[in-house]
Amino acid sequence: MELFKPDFGLVFWMFVGFAVLFFILWKFAWPVILKTVDKRADLIDKGVEYAQNAKIHLDNAQKESEKMLNQTRAQQADMLRDADRMKTQIIEEARTAAQQEAQKVMDAARVSIAQQQKQAEKQFRDQVSDFALNIAAKVVKNQMADPKAQSELVNTYLDEIENNNDGKPQADAAKK
Amino acid sequence: MRKIISILFAALAAMVLAVPAMADAATDATHKEEKALDPKEIIFEHLGDGYGWEVPFNHHKRIPLPVIVKAKGDGWHCFLSSRLDNGQEYTTADGVTFRIAGHDSPYKGKVVQVLSDGQEVKPTFDISITKNVAAMFISFIVVAWLLIWLARFHKRNPLKAPRKGLGFVEVLVVFIWDSVVKSTLKDKAMKFAPYLMTVFFFIFFMNLLGLVVVFPGGANLTGNIAVTLTLAVLTFLVTNIFGNKHYWKEIFWPDVPLWLKFPLPIMPMIEIFGMFTKPAALTVRLFANMMGGHMIVLVLTLLIFIFSAVNPIAGGATTVVSVLFSVFMLLIDVLVSFIQAYVFTMLSTIFISLAQEKEHEKESKEQHDADERREREERLEDHMVNTGLDSAIEPVKAAPAPAAAK
Repeated sequence: MELFKPDFGLVFWMFVGFAVLFFILWKFAWPVILKTVDKRADLIDKGVEYAQNAKIHLDNAQKESEKMLNQTRAQQADMLRDADRMKTQIIEEARTAAQQEAQKVMDAARVSIAQQQKQAEKQFRDQVSDFALNIAAKVVKNQMADPKAQSELVNTYLDEIENNNDGKPQADAAKK
Repeated sequence: MRKIISILFAALAAMVLAVPAMADAATDATHKEEKALDPKEIIFEHLGDGYGWEVPFNHHKRIPLPVIVKAKGDGWHCFLSSRLDNGQEYTTADGVTFRIAGHDSPYKGKVVQVLSDGQEVKPTFDISITKNVAAMFISFIVVAWLLIWLARFHKRNPLKAPRKGLGFVEVLVVFIWDSVVKSTLKDKAMKFAPYLMTVFFFIFFMNLLGLVVVFPGGANLTGNIAVTLTLAVLTFLVTNIFGNKHYWKEIFWPDVPLWLKFPLPIMPMIEIFGMFTKPAALTVRLFANMMGGHMIVLVLTLLIFIFSAVNPIAGGATTVVSVLFSVFMLLIDVLVSFIQAYVFTMLSTIFISLAQEKEHEKESKEQHDADERREREERLEDHMVNTGLDSAIEPVKAAPAPAAAK
């Protein structure tokens, strides 16, 4: 059977054809294709590696930024707390200062009030003593209309003067 | 479910339509040729080679191809095969007559030279562009075109992957290059890759084109032993021409007990036999697989005609079954086309790599064994130190020393 007996013509053309095809592909196709395929595979490998590294970097950067953010937040909180404290302090100080000032004003006012009071008291006493003297003068004038009573009073005063001059008026008065 | 119903319906309709057609065909056949269907003849005609290329639906016309013969005692002749169609004789200008030998001739189906006394002799050389040769050229052109296209694409955009059709070609390239050639041949890959990759693409496209039923395909090319033999011989040549010293030493003086190689060279004989069985296995594997596939499809198709001759209804039923099975078998053959091309390439790669092996691998194995032994001893010592056994052994170790001194 023809199928199982290699035919010379076919073998001949097969050799020739294969040789030509091999030569063409060896010259123009395979080196370019295989080199490019390998180069691309390398590039892809490197790209994957790069991407992995980049991911690690990114993760680190995220962690870092989170850390920094946390730090900043803590700082911010600190600062806010400080500011709050300062605010209260300032208010407190202002309040105490105001109180002191008020106290001073009040004290001054109190002193002046006391002085005025004293003055008023003194005035009032002077007036009262004036009034009393006047009244007394009027009463005395009325009582002294009688000469007997006048002389008796003169005597009394004279006695008193005498006792004062002896230096022992109290002892005399006690003796009496 | 709807799909299945529609398929069944289509099958039924095909059967009904096929019955009268088959009946016609059967009566036609009986009227015209009035001879029984010869399935063997038809199958081998289709599997075999031819000087013209059949066209569908016409048994008498063929696409003419050039016949190139060197007549006995005469020069070269070149003419179109159409001159020999249907048993015609053709006499060249210088009076040499050719015809295609008939069924009863020992040179059946070949171009023969008709001598003046009516005797048929085979021409000295017959290198006609037959159907198979033309199909081979077509697959050469397809392969060369696809790969040069791919190479041009790569040259233009070195770091871009091609898409669509070219992407498919590249998938094949990368698949064979990475998983077969590079992984087996390692640093020698680039040296042998052009041959191996060419073989793969050539076989694959020849296989596929063989499955196409009409003109550009249809030739049972890889199912022809001449083609597979040529490829196997090429692999054989590459293996042995590039084989290194170690390869030849392994053949003529292998690493076996002396009596196996001297005085009677048993092992070298086996090795030399092995050199030839490898390409023989390559030849037969590809040939048998592809021819088998083609033959099954042909037999399934012929079943229709055989049964139609018996009974038109049986013929109609067979049509449906045969067509379904043929399609199934052709699909399997597409898979087989790839697998056989892959297997041929892979085995060629392995044969070539076996002839490239270096000797030092065995030495390194011994080195490796020694390393392992030392490591095991060290581990044992460590273990003894850890468990306090060493102190128990120390006196024993020390004891022989004085004895030796005495």
